[in-house]
Amino acid sequence: MQTTILYIGRDTEITTVMNRLLNARPEWKGICVCSDDEAIAICNKQHLDLVLLGNGIDAECEKALRAKLTGMKPGLKIIQHYGGGSGLLYGEIMTALNH
Amino acid sequence: MSQFILHKENTRGHANHGWLNAHHSFSFANYYNPERMHFGVLRVLNDDLIDGGMGFGTHPHDNMEIITIPLAGAIAHKDSMGNSAVIKSGEIQVMSAGTGVSHSEFNANAGEQLNLLQIWLFPNKKNVTPRYDQQTLDVAASHNNFQQILSPNADDAGVWIHQDAWFSLGNFDEGFETEYKIKKSGNGVYAFVINGEVTINGQVLGKRDALGIWDTDSISFKANTAGAEVLLMDVPMELN
Repeated sequence: MQTTILYIGRDTEITTVMNRLLNARPEWKGICVCSDDEAIAICNKQHLDLVLLGNGIDAECEKALRAKLTGMKPGLKIIQHYGGGSGLLYGEIMTALNH
Repeated sequence: MSQFILHKENTRGHANHGWLNAHHSFSFANYYNPERMHFGVLRVLNDDLIDGGMGFGTHPHDNMEIITIPLAGAIAHKDSMGNSAVIKSGEIQVMSAGTGVSHSEFNANAGEQLNLLQIWLFPNKKNVTPRYDQQTLDVAASHNNFQQILSPNADDAGVWIHQDAWFSLGNFDEGFETEYKIKKSGNGVYAFVINGEVTINGQVLGKRDALGIWDTDSISFKANTAGAEVLLMDVPMELN
């Protein structure tokens, strides 16, 4: 069974890379978006195991996004993704899913 | 009472990609060890050997303070901020990835292997404007001295980053002893032995061994061999 991971970041280039990285592993299904509205719509209509917050999301947007997403899916894991690439990605996801 | 963690050289993660032979002090890429995720805000310490002319094509980064220290050879760097530079052994490069930056890194010499340390620290502020800097180090100033090569302050010695961290580099004569005082309360020190053998707080460390120490305000140091070379990374132990 695939783990469904939603990535939200403001940089289109990084978002494209994250989409490629997340979907390169058969055990993961990555959905990568740049807008909060898109993220909320996806969260509203499908199962998610984990949300990764990428670059460029300011503190106010992050607070609102966390409230909205966990309001729709209580207990949904939301973590910050650092580095913008593959270096930390596997460790971040494994740590989040194992806790 | 001070606490410590010992990371022997042969316990590091290892990935040999042919052109890239990498040792990871902490979980990185496909190397995942839940016991080796970070030391405070120090998240990545990669010891990379890169074949001549080879390297990392253009790839993005964000929200990370990335420090590169070539130990042997030279690295050619190009980034989306317009920087194009060669960083040689005896120099240090820093990049604050912030809101996002793309760069490439290649061994600048076709016929020579490149050995570099790449170090990533969590920033103390997210989404900063990306920046780049490099400096030539005064090698003489690090003889029998922990020379500061990085700090949080733009007007202090070395390069600066968005984190309350200080790096110091020294190479020492056999028998040289000193004490290093931690720069900020709450910080710990991750000592990485580049060459030789040293004793830190009673622990004997060989080449590429590391010792992380925290809950103390100073560490004792002795060089056991001539030419012992050590990098001290004085970093906040609490993640921001």
